[in-house]
Amino acid sequence: MTWKQVFTSSIGKKLVMGLTGLFLISFLIVHVGLNACIWVPDHGETFNKGANFMGTMILVRIIEVGLFLGILLHVYQGYLLTAQNNSRRSQNYTAGYGNKGSSWYSRSMGLLGTLILLFLIMHIYHFWTPSRLGGMWGIHELGEADYNNGAVHIHNLYGEMIQVFQNPVVVILYVLGCLSLAYHLAHGFHSAFRTMGLHNRRYAKMIRNFGYGFSIVVCLAFAMMPVSIYFGWVK
Amino acid sequence: MLDAKIPKGPLDQKWSTYKSTCKLVNPANKRKLEVIVIGTGLAGASAASSLGELGYKVKAFCFQDSPRRAHSIAAQGGINAAKNYQNDGDSVYRLFYDTIKGGDYRSREGNVHRLAEVSASIIDQCVAQGVPFAREYGGLLSNRSFGGTQVQRTFYAAGQTGQQLLIGAYQSLERQVALGNVKMYSRHEMLEIVMIDGKARGIIARNLVTGELERHFGHAVLLCSGGYGNVFYLSTNAMGSNVTAAWKAHKRGAYFGNPCFTQIHPTCIPVSGEHQSKLTLMSESLRNDGRIWVPLKQNDTRRPSEIPETERDYYLERRYPAFGNLVPRDVASRAAKERCDAGYGVGSSRQAVYLDYAFAIDRYGMIECNKQGINNPTKEQLRHYGVEVVKEKYGNLFDMYEKITGENPYEIPMRIYPAVHYTMGGLWVDYELQTNIPGLYALGEANFSDHGANRLGASALMQGLADGYFVIPYTIGNYLADEIRTTNIPTSHPAFEEAEKNTRDRIEKLMSIQGTESPESFHKRLGKIMWDKCGMARNAQGLQEAITEIRALREEFWRNVKVTGAINEFNPELDKAGRVADFIELGELMCMDALNRKESCGGHFREESQTEEGEALRDDDNFMFVSAWEFKEGYNWELHKEALEYEVVHPSQRSYK
Amino acid sequence: MEHYNMNLTLKVWRQKNEKEKGHFETYSVPGISSEMSFLEMFDVLNERLINEGKEPIAFDHDCREGICGACSMHINGKAHGPWAGTTTCQLHMRAFKDGDTIVVEPWRANAFPVIKDLVTDRSALDRIIAAGGYISVNTGNAVDGNSLPVEKDKADTAFAAAACIGCGACVAACKNSSAMLFTGAKVSHLALLPQGNPERKTRVVNMIAQMDKEGFGSCTFTMECEAACPKEISVNNIARLNAEYMRAAFTAEETMG
Repeated sequence: MTWKQVFTSSIGKKLVMGLTGLFLISFLIVHVGLNACIWVPDHGETFNKGANFMGTMILVRIIEVGLFLGILLHVYQGYLLTAQNNSRRSQNYTAGYGNKGSSWYSRSMGLLGTLILLFLIMHIYHFWTPSRLGGMWGIHELGEADYNNGAVHIHNLYGEMIQVFQNPVVVILYVLGCLSLAYHLAHGFHSAFRTMGLHNRRYAKMIRNFGYGFSIVVCLAFAMMPVSIYFGWVK
Repeated sequence: MLDAKIPKGPLDQKWSTYKSTCKLVNPANKRKLEVIVIGTGLAGASAASSLGELGYKVKAFCFQDSPRRAHSIAAQGGINAAKNYQNDGDSVYRLFYDTIKGGDYRSREGNVHRLAEVSASIIDQCVAQGVPFAREYGGLLSNRSFGGTQVQRTFYAAGQTGQQLLIGAYQSLERQVALGNVKMYSRHEMLEIVMIDGKARGIIARNLVTGELERHFGHAVLLCSGGYGNVFYLSTNAMGSNVTAAWKAHKRGAYFGNPCFTQIHPTCIPVSGEHQSKLTLMSESLRNDGRIWVPLKQNDTRRPSEIPETERDYYLERRYPAFGNLVPRDVASRAAKERCDAGYGVGSSRQAVYLDYAFAIDRYGMIECNKQGINNPTKEQLRHYGVEVVKEKYGNLFDMYEKITGENPYEIPMRIYPAVHYTMGGLWVDYELQTNIPGLYALGEANFSDHGANRLGASALMQGLADGYFVIPYTIGNYLADEIRTTNIPTSHPAFEEAEKNTRDRIEKLMSIQGTESPESFHKRLGKIMWDKCGMARNAQGLQEAITEIRALREEFWRNVKVTGAINEFNPELDKAGRVADFIELGELMCMDALNRKESCGGHFREESQTEEGEALRDDDNFMFVSAWEFKEGYNWELHKEALEYEVVHPSQRSYK
Repeated sequence: MEHYNMNLTLKVWRQKNEKEKGHFETYSVPGISSEMSFLEMFDVLNERLINEGKEPIAFDHDCREGICGACSMHINGKAHGPWAGTTTCQLHMRAFKDGDTIVVEPWRANAFPVIKDLVTDRSALDRIIAAGGYISVNTGNAVDGNSLPVEKDKADTAFAAAACIGCGACVAACKNSSAMLFTGAKVSHLALLPQGNPERKTRVVNMIAQMDKEGFGSCTFTMECEAACPKEISVNNIARLNAEYMRAAFTAEETMG
């Protein structure tokens, strides 16, 4: 069996989804860990330093390219699969189906993924473009912050967050984005492991519950960031 | 007198002698020989795949949408084999003897011994195919006991043994399909045998999706089309099970053997109303652990739980202390009928007896509690563990019972009643499984050969697979070796023309009547006549009446049947009409055979011939023969006899007391 | 169990043949007993249609005891109807109450074209088996059945997977029309047994290739198939299939494929 055969088969395609999905999940862990630094009560110093470290280290920048490729692959393959799968039933059922044992979100991964993609575009526009491309369409280049009595002179991403999350609409969109992510992960996490062949009942159950915990904790943490800023819990 | 062509020599060497002296076909010639197989149940699928493996060109036909749906799939309990894995005294001879005795001395010694000999190989073959038989903790195969035997020789896969065996054979068949050795024709029904120069040379089949008639040539034709229990309308057979293939062969000259030998299975779910379309079997294995009883008082309307121990009649244990609840099927069925007829029946219809698991639950509960080290267990503990064990052993059957009746069998004893299950009769075949028509074979339930007047539980699967895997591959070679010079006969041959025309005429006739009554309705009426007058108990007067009624029904059918739809399309009504027409003709023959056999034996119970205790009374002096009926124009039949000669076993009055 | 009678409204998919467009027809069916099976209700309706000179509704059915896998109705949006672990033929009318409207459709999947009314062509499943769902052992080749002990646990798991009746409910219920539960059940059944070991790699690869070719979708683990399966076959079998596939893909020998 050639590699091409492997990765163009229905299982191979799912494998690509699972692997890229898990890769993106690993990114989320780093992301949520770093962003949680905004709750360190030092007016964003730890957070800004951390963000600066990530933004300047060459290895991280290389991985960032991988991250974007991962997202692209996940999105591309996801749409392709969804379209293919949907095309397998030209004549649909009249009576609604799928309520015998599956959850709505497991059947709506395409929709949830699309919502996340839209959110991601907004998110990149808010925070990635100003730090990398100097901003666009009303978002300006990041301000600077001085630490260690002026010895350290870095981008003030923290300030940018405080500014962006003053807008209630943006906060609501972010919370909704996190909610989509939570449901997407609630299914995607364990599904990825199943696709990779996890069939031991005991571990499958463990992974499943861990996946639920993971998606709740991570997405709640993300969602609390704009909420905390909007309500002024962090300054 | 008919000659069964049983090889000479001592009984236990007949088959090996035959195998080492029969003619062979060399591989190059096998490729040129075509074999048609009708039906893809255990016999058909195993025969088609085995012959494909040997190199013959096989065409297999089934009326279902997939070969895997043949009704062998519904067999629940198990398959017998003389493996003696349990060290409990089993042997080839014992299996042979039990089968002969179980069949009430109306089967051939030679055939039955061969069946017992190859039984062990069947298990090996199936295990190798991946059939997931039940196993012990040590990883070895598990056995259970079955009716009519005193050893544990039944191999099983929960309550789905037939399914697992059939899937094994089906997978082998699909493998041969993929290799190109077998061509599979699903949703095809055989409607005629084509005879050229006195030999079977092909068939006419109808494509059930398009309605087109097709001609297929074959050097030999194997009928593996199952039994005809559906002649009773209500039976445990599948809705589509039919006699049509065998009946067409019969009308072309193949003798029909012992048509009146039908098996009524004692443990089925009772009829619930007029709407009933089929009956569901509860595996005989349930009799291993369940106890059968009725109230001691007539017309007792109390709930089963309200009837104290002292007011219950465990009639099988009372009448047959040696075998108890494990007497053979015919005996158990008649005993149930006797109780119900005498007014002791239970349930709203009064046509049922109880099959009670309370004792088994207690017993298993006690064993489990001992294992768990629970001394003096409470009632609840006993029940809890007992139910768990019963669930593991019979869970799927109990679930099925609950779905059908709405009652929980773990709480309330199951209500059961006998129902038509299997037909021991079938096309007459010789030792080689060849009918009296050269080149036409019958395998499995479609033939009459191995079970005499009553089949033991777990022996149908054994026979189907024995015929298909281990008998026909040898015996067909003995015939085909002389056919290697017969080149394929083109299907434009006049015999094909004529056969197709006959088939077409008949279909057109069926469609042209456009009367007022559906085929289903005729089928129900036929079933009622058969059940009332040719069922569990038969007598001369009833049978004579039945013959008259069936003749009238046949006449009415061909005058008043209503078949909707068209010929050249998917039309289940047309399929059904053809099958019912054949059943009506068969019903008449069955009654004639039953009338002719003035003795009781096995499943055939003539009220005129019984012992003082009401047991079946054989008449060996006058009826130690196989009835083989030849069809004659104008619905007349001529009886041919094949004498049954017992060289080893000495027939005696069967006793299970 | 209390018996009762009910009057029902049936909306049934009627389609003359594969090519013509189908539509729903509404029938009122009075006096149905709670003791009837779902298919016996159809028998009653069909008998009436015949008497009225109309064409009866075609549907696949055979054993009517839940094992042959022929029956296949999508009832009120659920494959085989509302009861768990039940085929259409074993569904009984006590699942419904007086006045209910029941919508009955055929299995819908491009891989299962409609032949007529509620009858579909499921031969794609046979072809998946033909692609490798077997152990290659010719008759007569077998060694003694007890020569190769099989761990009871594995034998039981293999049996649970082998309980598949090939009805296609998994495909019908899956939003992707995937046949992964069907295929996974067979791959698991044979992979778990020592007898199936020699062909493990080629089997899974060929069966998946055939499944893809037949036009079934891929598995996204919604687990609707497991819920719809009348034999309650576990989605674990799909995961095991994936493991088998990966094992084959990443350790492929040169001779494969």
